[in-house]
Amino acid sequence: MADIAEPLSPAALAPASSHWGDLSVRIRRGAEYVVIPLFALGISGFLFSLLLLALGKSPTEFFELVERGGFGTAFSLQNTLERSSPLILTALAVALPARIGLVIIGGEGALVLGGFASAAMAIPFVVSNTSPILTLTIMAATAVVVGGFWIGIVGYLRYARGVNETISSLLMTYIGIAIMNFFVEGSLRDLTNPNKPSTMPIGDAYMVGFIPGTDVHWGLVAGLVLSVLLYILLSRTTFGFAVRVAGGNPRAALAQGLPVGKLIVICCAIAGACAGLAGFYEVAAIQGRANASLAAGYGYTGILVSFLARHNPLVIVPVAILFGGIVASGGLIERRMGLPDATVLVLQGLTFVVLLMSETLYGRFKIFQVKGTVERT
Amino acid sequence: MSQSDSLIVLVALIGGALRVSTPFMFVALGECLTEKSGRVNLGLEGTLVLGAMTAYAISYQTQSPWLGVLAAGCAGSALGAMHGYICKLPKVNDIAVGIAMMLFGTGVAFFFGKPYIQPQAPQLGSFSLGAWSNSQEVVTALRINPLLLVGIAVGFVMAWAFANTKWGLIVRMTGDSAPAAKAMGVSVDLVRFLSTTVGGFLAGVGGAFLSLYYPGAWNQGLSSGQGLMAVALVIFARWSPIRCVLAALLFGAAGAIGPALQSVGITQGYYFYNAAPYILTLFIMIASAGSKHAARLVPGELSITK
Repeated sequence: MADIAEPLSPAALAPASSHWGDLSVRIRRGAEYVVIPLFALGISGFLFSLLLLALGKSPTEFFELVERGGFGTAFSLQNTLERSSPLILTALAVALPARIGLVIIGGEGALVLGGFASAAMAIPFVVSNTSPILTLTIMAATAVVVGGFWIGIVGYLRYARGVNETISSLLMTYIGIAIMNFFVEGSLRDLTNPNKPSTMPIGDAYMVGFIPGTDVHWGLVAGLVLSVLLYILLSRTTFGFAVRVAGGNPRAALAQGLPVGKLIVICCAIAGACAGLAGFYEVAAIQGRANASLAAGYGYTGILVSFLARHNPLVIVPVAILFGGIVASGGLIERRMGLPDATVLVLQGLTFVVLLMSETLYGRFKIFQVKGTVERT
Repeated sequence: MSQSDSLIVLVALIGGALRVSTPFMFVALGECLTEKSGRVNLGLEGTLVLGAMTAYAISYQTQSPWLGVLAAGCAGSALGAMHGYICKLPKVNDIAVGIAMMLFGTGVAFFFGKPYIQPQAPQLGSFSLGAWSNSQEVVTALRINPLLLVGIAVGFVMAWAFANTKWGLIVRMTGDSAPAAKAMGVSVDLVRFLSTTVGGFLAGVGGAFLSLYYPGAWNQGLSSGQGLMAVALVIFARWSPIRCVLAALLFGAAGAIGPALQSVGITQGYYFYNAAPYILTLFIMIASAGSKHAARLVPGELSITK
């Protein structure tokens, strides 16, 4: 409140006099958004180490294993990148709605349903020996449309009926998983596979290949391209500007004549499309069929990734790779240290809690504040 | 479907309402208290799972299921207190913290619960309200656990306390207008902290019911969204504890549709009927979100309906 009452200094009122002055302000402000999340990461690592010590395990061994299992060798790095690709996409599914002020946590459902729909759609094309390129394109399009539709419903309900999007998106996840189970255990079950109820495998010829020279599938490239595209969409286009205005102050946006409802539904649909695409790559590049393994929790980890990246599509990429590495090293940690597989979940939950607590630190430190500029929230 | 089949389904639905509704009831009552004080705790799903694990572990270690119930409540209060404390910091969003607590509570429960997946812990007892009937199905269906009665009692006591006690008035005032509460010299943060802690206690007890009575075992798939549905239920119940109890019974019946139809040989779409409670919750949310009546009863400080 005090900031508003205080008269602004001439320097702030005048347009930035020099390019360099403006840049230093931006760096100082930007530093706050880097230092505080890193601080939160450090604190949660510290608290997690205390937990390990209390259990008589060595924290140094744990972090060494994360380093080795996630990033140390070419093999583990490729494994990490492969896991970070669905994380990038599911984090984008959180970030875009977050920019318009919605907390959507239904990425898991859009991923599962998108993956399932693409596997189901593939069956007639695989049976009739259609060319792999065409089949994969149709599969990807199906996943994108189904995922977009699924979260689009959440956005529509939010705008048209005022239904809380956080709860409804998670309910949609449970419904989506139930729909997949309904078909996978029923009419679409591959009866030649006695083990796990699954759809018919699409077969090796129809699998998405790897990026040349690596064992990482093309989903990573899709994630990278989409995060750049969505960054440009949000920060360099009229649409993105409208989204940010509506996210900052919906009433002002409505008063300006912005189509807030349309923007909400479009953001949610793009978000769902990203998560659906993640499902497509899980099916077409890794599993080869749809079954319960699709619900592996990428949608939930993606929420944390997006919050840690402050919903910035470009920052999502490194954060997703970090958490992809932690997830990838889970098996190694389980075997070497005798810790349960939920260890990674505890670390993630703890990080999330500490990160949200760190929100309170913004604007508290003088070093990041530049005199005479109004605090941006 | 023949007449006797319909009767079997009806009995199974009533039985389901009596059996499945208890965790919904406890979580909804806990959330009702928290929301009445003006805060939303979406993390009760995690509280439910942690309560279930704690109850099972303590019951196994001490061979006393009721001690397990108490321990579950304490674990729930710990998570609630954590949520209550974190949300009092400025600029922290209670909905986001709830999501984080959901992941954290579930993670902690899976982490410490791994050794308890195999062993069998002593279970809570039950008695039947159907002793008058000579039909075995009716006797089985009307078998209830004392926790159900406790839950109903808590609902009525809470409703009475909101209407008639000083504490009830303080909680309601804090939820409706923080400035008014401050003007009366009430510490808003303290009231919300205590309401979230007690709410967490109730949700933890609801979890104890899952692992110690029905389904009556501890595993990682024990709760799939019951805690979250209960949170949605509070909106439907328009923040009235008694309506929370009734809505929980309705949800119990909805959850029993799949098994009930299966018991008369209708297995088609079993997985689809499993989705019934989620779909029902969603429709209830759609129906109650636009209602003017609900808008009048919502605590003024609540962020979930804005």
